[in-house]
This record gives sequence, C-alpha cells and structure tokens, in this order.
Amino acid sequence: MSQEVFNKVQQAVNEKFPGAIESAELTFNFPAFVIKKEFIHQVLEFLKTDEEQNFHFLTDLTGFQTADEKQLGVIYHLHNMIKNHRVRIKTFFDINKPEIPTATDLWDGANWMERETFDFYGVKFKGHPNLKRILNMDEMDIHPLRKEFPLEDQTREDKDDKMFGR
Amino acid sequence: MSKKENKNITAEAIEEKEYSILNLGPTHPATHGIFQNVLKMDGEIIHEATPTVGYIHRAFEKLAERRPYNQITPITDRLNYCSSPINNMGWHMTVEKLINAEIPKRVQYMRVIVMELARIADHLICNSVIGVDTGAMTGFLYIFQWREKIYDIYESICGARLTTNIGRIGGFEREWSPKTWELINDFVKNYPKALTEFTNLLERNKIFMDRTINCGPISAEMALNYSFTGPNLRAAGVDYDVRVATPYSSYEDFDFIIPVGTSGDTYDRFMVRQEEMWQSLKIIEQAIKNMPKEGGFHADVPDFYLPPKEEVYNNMEALIYHFKIVMGETDVPKGEIYHSVEGGNGELGYYLVSDGGRTPYRLHFRRPCFIYYQAYPEMIKGGMLSDAIITMSSMNVIAGELDA
Repeated sequence: MSQEVFNKVQQAVNEKFPGAIESAELTFNFPAFVIKKEFIHQVLEFLKTDEEQNFHFLTDLTGFQTADEKQLGVIYHLHNMIKNHRVRIKTFFDINKPEIPTATDLWDGANWMERETFDFYGVKFKGHPNLKRILNMDEMDIHPLRKEFPLEDQTREDKDDKMFGR
Repeated sequence: MSKKENKNITAEAIEEKEYSILNLGPTHPATHGIFQNVLKMDGEIIHEATPTVGYIHRAFEKLAERRPYNQITPITDRLNYCSSPINNMGWHMTVEKLINAEIPKRVQYMRVIVMELARIADHLICNSVIGVDTGAMTGFLYIFQWREKIYDIYESICGARLTTNIGRIGGFEREWSPKTWELINDFVKNYPKALTEFTNLLERNKIFMDRTINCGPISAEMALNYSFTGPNLRAAGVDYDVRVATPYSSYEDFDFIIPVGTSGDTYDRFMVRQEEMWQSLKIIEQAIKNMPKEGGFHADVPDFYLPPKEEVYNNMEALIYHFKIVMGETDVPKGEIYHSVEGGNGELGYYLVSDGGRTPYRLHFRRPCFIYYQAYPEMIKGGMLSDAIITMSSMNVIAGELDA
C-alpha cells in the first residue's frame, strides 16, 4: 500500500510543481520526499488542500541537522486519516541562513512544534506569529540540539573516579 | 458552563475595562504538574491565557544522542510517567522495526497485557482527578488503590513501580512468574466491580454532569487542526486510534471498539476514557485467553538481548554479546523510522534516524501532550476559572510528556 501512496504523491507533486522533489525514497514502508526549500510551503499546502491527496493532519514537525553540519532540515510527517496514508516531507537549507516559511497558516498545531524547532535548532520560521523559545529559558543564546554542542565525552581522562572508574 | 454575553456593554466600555492578571502555577496544586498559565481575567471570566511550559525540561532528545539503544528505555519512562510501560514498549518496537527482529506472538500478547494495564492506570488517574477537581474526593480515594494493584503487577514483572523500564529490546527480561499471572487474573476479575462503583458515583451524577457538560469544548475540525490525538480527539468525534489504524504488537487480533464522543467537552473526554478502560479490560481478557503456550518470552536477537548468566560464564559467544550489550557497543543498521503507538494521551511517535552507529543520530519524540496543550488557551477563553481547572485535568496534561 505504501508503494502505491509513494507513486501517487510523487506523480502528483511532480505534475503540479516540476522539479520540486529533490529525492524520494521508500524506507521501512514509509514514503519520504525531500522537497526544495523554495517549494516547501506550496507543496505542503497542495498536499493538505488537494482532495485526492488530502493529507489533512500534521502528525509531527521537527528539526534535523545533517552530518556535515552545514545544513539544517525540517521534517514534516503528514497523515491522511481517511485513507490512512502517511508521508514524510523533508527540506534542507543552509545552516547560516536558516529561514523557511511557517506552516502555522495551514495547521494551528504547527505553532508550538515550530517554536520547539526554533528553540533547539534555530530555524527561523518566517511568518510565525510568536517565534520564541519554548522549552529552554529565554536568556539562552545557543540552539542546543545542534551537533556543535556535544555532550560530555565518555572517554575523557581528567576525571578520577577510582571506585566507579570508567 | 456556557458564557453569557451582555449586550449592553459597548465597545468603548470594553476598552476601558481593567483586567486583572492571575498567575495559575507554576506550582499550583490544581494544575497537577509544573506549568504556568498567566490568565487575564475579567472578574471570574478568562479573557486571555498565556501558557508557559518547559519547567521540567530534561533534554531527552539530546541525551538520547549519546546513549546506546537499550539505555534510552529509561528515558522514555519519564515522558508520560502515568503510563510508562506504553512508552517503553513503543521504544522497543521502534528499535525492533529498525533491526528487523521477529517477535514471537506470545511476547506480543504479553506486551498487549502490560500496555492495556498501563492505559487503565493512566485513564483511571485522569478520570478520578476530574472528580477531585469538581469536588468529589471519594472516587479518587477508592479507585486509587487499583492503580496500586496495577503497580504491583509491574513490580512483579520488572521490579519497579512508577518508572518501570519494563521489557527489553526483543522481549521481556524474564518469564512472568505464576505470582504475576495470579495478580493479573485477580485484577481482571475484581476491577470491574470497583470501576462500576466509580461509574455509579460520577457518570450520571447530576452535580458532576452540570459541572462538566459544555465545559472546555472543542470541535472536531479544530481538534484536527491542532493535531489532537488520543482520547481528546475521540471525544470530539473522530474515531482515530493508532491501535486500529496501524496495528502494532498484534492488536489486529483483538476485538474491541473505539469509543467516540460528540462535543469534545470535559464530560465527553471523561466518558471516552471510562469506556476505554472497559475496552482495555476486554483486550486483556482476550490476551489471557488466547495466550500462546509456546514462544518463550523474548525474540532471538543476540545483539540486543542479554544472554542468560550461565551461558555468559561458559560460552564465548554469549560472553562477547554480554560484553557488547553492557558496554553499549552494538551497532545498528542505518535507517530512518517513524513508529507510533497509542499512548495514554494519544499518538506517541518515535522518529529515529540511525547513522549505523551505537547511538541514534537523531531521536525525536512526538509527544501528544505537548502538541495538544497549545489549544488550551483557545479552549478556556470566555469560560470561568474553575472550568479552566477541570478542562486542564480532563485533557490529562502530564508535565513529563509536555516538557520532555
């Protein structure tokens, strides 16, 4: 079934927005599409409002950082509850210019999820009504989930703990 | 209660009106958790609400990026701590999907029993607390001992009561003892009586109905727009349940119904949770009845499941596996996974990206509480302060899940 969804969505998006899909894959029975940043809002709007696609439910929205630390991403999980189809939409952009149109005009539920993504990755959602930190304190000046802030290294040697040494 | 509008008040008069500011929280006994709401009040009517969350944020997603897969289970306990086994099982199933493990039917049925017990514990707290907030302490005190009995079952399975860390990747840590089965059978036999008593106390109680009907309602369209899931969405009239939509852990074998409400108010949410407890009992009964005799208590995934101690001492392979698991040096395949389970509050999703190493590259928890709590200001606007309190408890906002 997911293969069918995959083909359908790919075809529909390709017809409507030629060149918008950067890559597409079907992993673990889950259709996933990487959409170019310029098209992301239009594609989301199309997938939500188009009667055939009808991905009316925003399951999840979250941030991502690529392994080369040069790009940030935003990942949307959409759901068509009537046909029980799910699709994952991804978009990537330069880490130095992390700007992307908001999805709050499509789903009210995107509001806090985008605030969380801004909080942890520093993605600036253009047009968001209230883009403030949500879980971390307002005074914080970093975006902690970025890979440039590693957690404590387990192999460090300056800690001396003879009883429970590691 | 419904809001009454006074037609005589003109626009100018409203602008001149002075509102009073009320801080509800962060540590208020009525909020049942640590989150703050700054309410702009007109007398006792709420004009505007600004929620602040994040008081118990513990950076789980960051922590998970350094931890081996089996060490992430205790983190998931602390999301929705009223039903931690569901979170644990959801995480195990996510990893099992990634490593493509085949889980024996018997383990799946055992998991269903534990998850449904957890759902009962979760709903039971929520519903009895709605009672407390409307002034009915009795139901809460009586029904709470049944949560203790569920915790006894957890304890006999895994040794812990609240933050359970129950099960392992691949199955359960040990075979359930006869004592466990005895406790489960006792629970299934005796709980309906207690639940009936609780039902009689509240469900058709005139005071309770007057207090909760039409309080904090939400329409189905708005609930979907705000990405509601779980009992709160079903109370609004949408029959979406992950257990039925995308069955996991053999839920397709069980016969149960999804209760739905109509108006999405506090009473509907209460009733949906009540009915779900009955359905959970039905599922547990079926699971006990149809439990396969054969199949053991874990799958054959030596990379993730600790070998028995005798083998570790006598067998080289077992020793290697033991060492690798304990030191957290097991690599997993590359992959990108979204797996969701029906948690106590709704669709609990795990978005996991693995780069082939010993820890996840990225792990995101889709926490239903966090997502639906943002509709709270919208739901209480124009209502009374006391309605806001029961709306919050009927939404079952759990601080641990809210803040992750």
